[in-house]
Amino acid sequence: MQEYVIAFAVGGIICMIGQLLMDLTNLTPAHVLVLFVVMGTILGGLGWYQPLVELGGAGATIPLTGFGNSLAAGTLEGVDKYGFLGIFNGALSATASGMMAAIVFGFLMAVIFNPKG
Amino acid sequence: MLNKRCGKQSIGFVNQPVIISTANIGGPMEGEGLQSKYFDIIMKDNINDLNSWEQCESYMLEQVITRASEKISGSVENLEFILAGDLLNQLMSTHFAMRTLARPFLGLYGACSTMIESMMIGAMMIDGGFANLLAGAASSHHDAAERQYRFPTELGVQRPPVAQWTVTGAGAAILSSTGSGPKLTYATVGKIVDMGIKDPNALGPAMAPAAVDTLITHFSDTGRNPNYYDMIFTGDLGYIGKEMVIKLCAEKGLDLSNNYEDCGCMIYKEEQDTHAGASGCASSAVVFCGYIYQMLCKKNYGKILLVGTGSLHSPTSYQQKESIPCIAHALAIEV
Amino acid sequence: MQKKKVTEKLKKQYQDKVDKIIPKPPIMKNLLWAFLVGGIICTIGQFVQDYFISMEIGKKDAAACTSVVMVFLGASLTGLGVYDEIGKRAGAGSVVPITGFANSIVACAMEFKREGFVFGIGAKMFVIAGPVIVYGLVTAFIVGIIHWFRVFY
Repeated sequence: MQEYVIAFAVGGIICMIGQLLMDLTNLTPAHVLVLFVVMGTILGGLGWYQPLVELGGAGATIPLTGFGNSLAAGTLEGVDKYGFLGIFNGALSATASGMMAAIVFGFLMAVIFNPKG
Repeated sequence: MLNKRCGKQSIGFVNQPVIISTANIGGPMEGEGLQSKYFDIIMKDNINDLNSWEQCESYMLEQVITRASEKISGSVENLEFILAGDLLNQLMSTHFAMRTLARPFLGLYGACSTMIESMMIGAMMIDGGFANLLAGAASSHHDAAERQYRFPTELGVQRPPVAQWTVTGAGAAILSSTGSGPKLTYATVGKIVDMGIKDPNALGPAMAPAAVDTLITHFSDTGRNPNYYDMIFTGDLGYIGKEMVIKLCAEKGLDLSNNYEDCGCMIYKEEQDTHAGASGCASSAVVFCGYIYQMLCKKNYGKILLVGTGSLHSPTSYQQKESIPCIAHALAIEV
Repeated sequence: MQKKKVTEKLKKQYQDKVDKIIPKPPIMKNLLWAFLVGGIICTIGQFVQDYFISMEIGKKDAAACTSVVMVFLGASLTGLGVYDEIGKRAGAGSVVPITGFANSIVACAMEFKREGFVFGIGAKMFVIAGPVIVYGLVTAFIVGIIHWFRVFY
C-alpha cells in the first residue's frame, strides 16, 4: 500500500513541476516534454535519478524524466559492455520496447480512429 | 474625376452600395450560444458527413452564398463577382467552394478581418461602376484552424485564459447598386500595426492597437466622433482585447464606453468555457450577417461602424520568433 | 535609430499594459489537477509494474512491459477522443507521464491521416514526439561520450 502512495506523490510532484513551467513561462507542452526528457537523461547520467526510482517506483519511471533516465542508464550500460559502440547502441536498446510500442500503437490508433475535434 | 478619397485612409461612397441580403451558418457549439436565434443554418456537427474539416468549411461557404442569393429570389448565377476568404493556407476551403459555385471570383486574405475586407472591396467595385451585384463572404472552422495554427485536435493541451475560440461558421452578404436596405457610406482602409505581442494565444491584445489606429483615423478622416454611431462593433477582439480598446481610446480622448461591443463577445455563453471569447473570420461574419443586419433592417440601429480585425501572423512567423502584425478595416453602414 | 528606440519603448509600454489586464491562469487549481491526474497515472503504472514483477520476468523486463502497457493506454484513450478531455483539466498531469508522449504521437497521426499514409500518418506522427526523441538521444550521446572518457582514460 505504501509504495502506491509514494508512487502517487512522486509522480504528482514531478507533474506539478511541469505545470508550474507551463503556467509561469511561455513553454508549451512540447517544450516541457523535451525539457523533462533532457533533464531525466542528465540526472540519469549523473546517477542522481536512480535513488528517486528506488524511492518512488513508477512515480519516477512513468513521467518522461524516467524515459530520459532509461536513455542514460542504457547508454552507460552500453559503454561498460561494448566500449565506444555502446555510446551509439545503449540508449535505444534500453528504450526499445517503449519506442516500438509508441510507434506501432500510434500507427494502429491513427488507422482505426478519426479525430473528433 | 470625382475624388471619393476622404482624409488619409478613408473613402466616401457616392453611389452607396446597398446590402440587400445576408446569410450565416454555424456549428453546433455556435448554435447553442448567444446567437442561436440569428443563424440561418446550424450544422449537427463539425464535419457534416464530409471527409475533412476543410471540406466542411467549403460546404459552409457554399451554403451561405447560395442561401443569401435565394433570399432575394435569385440564384448564385446572378452574382457578377464573389469576394471571399478564410484562414487556411492558400485559402483552401474558399477555393473549393468557389469551384462548386463557379462565379468570377477574387480571393482575399485578411485573417479575421476578411468579411469586412470583402464587403469593402465589393463596395468599391459597385461604387466605381464595375459591378451591380456581388457577394462578400468569409468562413472559419475551429478544427481546421487549430490543426494549422496550433495543435492537433486530440492533443491534451490546456488553453490559457487569454485564448479565444475560433468560430466554426460562415457569413455572406450580397451588395447591390440598387434596392433598399442598409447602405455602405464610408470605408477606412487600415494599415498594419504591430505592438510587439508575440503570443499567438493573445490575439485580442495583439489586434487592439490596430483597431484603435483605424478608429482614430476613421473619426479624423470623416470628421465624425464615436457618438455619431448607434453602435460600434469590432470583429473578434474578445473580452480582453475589447477592454484594451476602450482603455487605449480613452487615452486618446475617444469615449467608447457607451456604444461599443465586440462580435467575439457576442457568440458564446460563459458556460461554454471558451475563455476570452470568439475569434476567426466567422466571428464578425456570423454576427454581422445575422444579428447586426437584422437590427439594421428593423431600424433598431440606424448607423453602425463595423471594424474587422485580423492578426496576420503565420505558424512560420511565430516559430521564427516574430511578433504578430495586425490590421483593422472599418465600414460605416447606415440605414 | 531614434525612431526605432521610441517604437521599442512604446511596444514595451504596451506589453506592460497587456500583462496587467491578461487574466493569470488559475495556478493553484492547475497544480492540484496536475498532481492528482499525474499521481493517478503513476499509481496505475505501479500496479502494472507490480503485476509484471509478480510474473517473475525480472525487474528490467517488467519495466519494459510496463512502458508498453502505459503507451497502449495513452494511445487508446487518444484514439477514443478521451485524452484531450483529460488534458484540458489536468495540464501537465497528462502531458508529463509517458501516456502523454503516446498522446502526442497518436493525436498528430490521427489528425493528419487525411493527408495519406506516408506524408500524413507516417511523417506527421513525429511533429511533437520528434524533438523529444532527438534531444533525448543527443543528450544520451553526450552522457555516453563523457562516461566513455571517464572509464577508458
